[in-house]
Amino acid sequence: MAAHLSSGRVNLTALREAGRRELREFLDKCAGSKAIVWDEYLTGPFGLIAQYSLLKEHEVEKMFTLKPGRLPPADVKNIIFFVRPKLELMDIITDNVLREDRGRSPQRDFHILFVPRRSLLCEQWLKEQGVLGSFIHREQYSLDLIPFDGDLLSMESESAFKECYLESDQTSLYHAAKGLMTLQALYGTIPQIFGKGDCARHVANMMIRMKREFPGSQNSIFPVFDTLLLLDRNVDLLTPLATQLTYEGLIDEIYGIQNTYVKLPPEKFAPKKQGEGGKDLPTEPKKLQLNSAEELYAEIRDKNFNAVGSVLSKKAKIISAAFEERHHAKTVGEIKQFVSQLPHMQAARSSLANHTSIAELIKDITTSEDFFDNLTVEQEFMSGIDTDKVNNYIEDCIAQKHPLIKILRLVCLQSVCNSGLKQKVLDHYKREILQTYGYEHILTLNNLEKAGLLKPQTGGRNNYPTIRKTLRLWMDDVNEQNPNDISYVYSGYAPLSVRLAQLLARPGWRSIEEVLKMLPGPHFEERQQLPTGLQKKRQHGENRVTLVFFLGGVTYAEIAALRFLSQMEDGGTEYVIATTKLINGTTWIKSLMEKLEPAPF
Amino acid sequence: MSRARADEEEYWHSSKFRAFTFDDEDDELSQLKESKRAVNSLRDIVDDDDDDLERVSWSGEPVGSISWSIKETASGSTSSLDGRDSSLQKGSSSYAVLPKQGSSYSLSSLFKGELCFFLSALTDTGGKSYAPELRRPKAEYKDYSSDWSPKDTVRRMQRGKVCSLERFRSLQDKLVLLDEAVAGHDGNVITAVLIFLKRTLRREILFRELEVRQVALCHLIHFLRETGEQKFLLDLLRFLDRTEEVAVSIPRSLNVEKRREFLKSCIGLPFSAEDTSHIQDHYTLLERQIIIEANDRHLEMAGQSELFRKYPRKASILNMPLVTTLFYSCFYHYTEAEGTFSSPSNLKKTFKIPDKQYVLTALAARAKLRAWGDVDALFTTKNWLGYTKKKAPIGFHRVVEILQRNSAPVQVLQEYVRLVEDVETRLSLATKYKCHDVVIETYRDLKDRIQLIAYKSKVERGSAEDEKINSILNNMQIRWKN
Repeated sequence: MAAHLSSGRVNLTALREAGRRELREFLDKCAGSKAIVWDEYLTGPFGLIAQYSLLKEHEVEKMFTLKPGRLPPADVKNIIFFVRPKLELMDIITDNVLREDRGRSPQRDFHILFVPRRSLLCEQWLKEQGVLGSFIHREQYSLDLIPFDGDLLSMESESAFKECYLESDQTSLYHAAKGLMTLQALYGTIPQIFGKGDCARHVANMMIRMKREFPGSQNSIFPVFDTLLLLDRNVDLLTPLATQLTYEGLIDEIYGIQNTYVKLPPEKFAPKKQGEGGKDLPTEPKKLQLNSAEELYAEIRDKNFNAVGSVLSKKAKIISAAFEERHHAKTVGEIKQFVSQLPHMQAARSSLANHTSIAELIKDITTSEDFFDNLTVEQEFMSGIDTDKVNNYIEDCIAQKHPLIKILRLVCLQSVCNSGLKQKVLDHYKREILQTYGYEHILTLNNLEKAGLLKPQTGGRNNYPTIRKTLRLWMDDVNEQNPNDISYVYSGYAPLSVRLAQLLARPGWRSIEEVLKMLPGPHFEERQQLPTGLQKKRQHGENRVTLVFFLGGVTYAEIAALRFLSQMEDGGTEYVIATTKLINGTTWIKSLMEKLEPAPF
Repeated sequence: MSRARADEEEYWHSSKFRAFTFDDEDDELSQLKESKRAVNSLRDIVDDDDDDLERVSWSGEPVGSISWSIKETASGSTSSLDGRDSSLQKGSSSYAVLPKQGSSYSLSSLFKGELCFFLSALTDTGGKSYAPELRRPKAEYKDYSSDWSPKDTVRRMQRGKVCSLERFRSLQDKLVLLDEAVAGHDGNVITAVLIFLKRTLRREILFRELEVRQVALCHLIHFLRETGEQKFLLDLLRFLDRTEEVAVSIPRSLNVEKRREFLKSCIGLPFSAEDTSHIQDHYTLLERQIIIEANDRHLEMAGQSELFRKYPRKASILNMPLVTTLFYSCFYHYTEAEGTFSSPSNLKKTFKIPDKQYVLTALAARAKLRAWGDVDALFTTKNWLGYTKKKAPIGFHRVVEILQRNSAPVQVLQEYVRLVEDVETRLSLATKYKCHDVVIETYRDLKDRIQLIAYKSKVERGSAEDEKINSILNNMQIRWKN
């Protein structure tokens, strides 16, 4: 299961193993049989670290999801709550503990494992409810950076962007810095740090300070990473707002990928057997894991969706040809060889069948009129057309009450592509949105304004055209089939964040000083001294390894663009990607929306 | 100072005692173990034994994944109540060895205003044992009771260590402590310090100091919101003149009447001009909805209004957005005079609803009721000579779409398809919705004989449309372009 983690340039299995060890140690602390009560949100991320078998080896006999009421009866000695430090969860735990039958014998012991950190606030809360004393072990499990794939790490911290930019709460940055320290402990000190943005600056500062605070612990591991690039999400607010057009990006946009799993409508996956004639159509959504362990998926996920169809049909031909081989197998030896290949072929065939079905599902959507209209407007904005007036399509969508998030994505995109909207245009949009979707959304609009996504233009200057031209963010001659530039991931738009990474590798940021100054936050470079023995002597032709850390989230399309750069013949740099959260425009805007209570009736 | 010191010592004795009983992290032996582990840790990373093989159930979820197992073990949880007696016995005997943790212990000391800030010394696992760089330096074990600087205190707290905050007595000291915490970027510690300050400083002083410390301020506001200390929060926001946040912080109450009162109280607050008008509108709308709701519920209950009997209301109109309210009013109160609160024209005027929005909503509502006469009137304008003319601020193609969605008959649809200005659009809509007359006439106007002949195959032979096409094709007066 973890093989895909070691396929990349940096073997991330080590990180996973470190996580597993820490988990084992905690479980062994609570001696005897145990039941784990899960905060449901955590099962996904934990699943990437450990399977049930590991827990079972350490006497975990039962697992439940956290919900109010009495805990299910289970004859175990320990009940362990695995939870995020959230107050609403503490209330549920309190309820569980208070309803525990005091008369049962023997009594069960309670423990809490906070993920990723203990919180004073939560413990105080439990204390006030009078249950804090019921817990024997209260510990934390620092699940900072979780390996998602051979070149991808995420903290899966949903609210990191909101906390940093709306609430000035930089706790998630502290975790990011800690995660980076762990990474350096395993993979060596990273000699060069570059960064752009306020949060990047904070993280770099924290790393340097943490290192200084442990002067005796000089790391003696040969450095695997050459460079760390820290990027603030607010340096590039544009990219996540646009609709991703890579295969993986579209799967995420349409169905939402969570912890490498996606749930799909089952109809297309019904087993095709004649005679049964749609009698037993499965009703449960089909759940699939998506990562590089699947050969075919690794090949197509980063392609522009328009290039996926031809690959799939080519593969189909190869596979059917392979199955045809059986007719030519004459000798026992040939037959034997054919049979030995069968399992591999079967797997390839089912993988192909799955992705053909997914591609069909996506195609139904990408060929719809509304998808096309929406994309046209996005592309107009990104290429700088008509960004300064009220857009007809957006108005129509509001009138037809399309989902609010879609509207907000478009309006924010327009605002970002115009360095803010004219006051009149902004007021018009706001009014229409509030009248149609409800005045309570004024809070959400305020949040977007605070985050810089939706704002009035100040000083009457629009910087975006300069940035677009200097960084070549819009490419008219895009090749979706055989791309020669990262702009293929958005069919024309080259993600700003990735352009910054690309230009840093070659020719260096000095060439774009002017544009860097237009983007928010400082840019900087730091060096971490290495002992002489560890300094790298690069072999000729050996690629550099750069870790790009997106503070505030990254999209699959940006990841695809970085992978494209890694694979460039003369690129010279390979990228590993880390982030606080894998996002898309919808999940991102959602995280910024004010959570409203359900209507009171 | 000395009294505090003595108390501290007493505290430490007791906690140390407990610490030894069930968690020996802090003794020499474990340190040794820890460093040994750290050294060895990188070696056994390689062997990943237990999950090379992954079986996948039909649903695609790997058998043995955590979420899968939750379902599995939960479903089997009630069955094996007495099958495991022996292990239970064993369990309970070892259970007796473990001391039960008293509730008199721990965090309370901080929050109930005693002397120590305590963040459980027992369970500090010392960061990651596998990460050599993160190992605790030896110096940290040296002592517990010396006077740490604010910086050290914060650092210790970040590592979940015990620290006494009570030693910071002067305002000056407390502020330095706060600034150090903020510089550490760890929200947990910042909040801890804030709780201490909140308890030990006068409100005015705390507010004044926080005003120039935005990061800390945000944390306190967040904390107050989470813990629901509304009054304190309101005082703080008022002090800071952050009135729009006052509005944000309250309307979590459920009662409509209270909500209305609250909004009313907000109107007077100094918001930006733009926001004020939205809040005013919000209030007016809710006020309207309360009146309409009371009235209509009564009407519906009485059962005398045919409209309400035929189309019972699906939900109350309270708290719905403005456009929804307008739709409602166009549906149930279309014919009312402008003077009534529930009439559409009154809503339009009060909230300055743009024409486009109004027409769209009214059209959708009337079409739903199949009131085609009203639809017609919506687009009819008279000029000063008394001629009537059809005009739609939204474009007739949109009108057609909305009518079609409400399954308007072809006769009605046709009339509006004909009004679509763009010929291409008109043709495609007419073809799509089978408005034969419009298609035929358009081809005639375009003098496009070939298309017209081609269209003959789409209509029924011998039908009125068929004849119409024939008569046009036979009309010698038309100069066909092809």
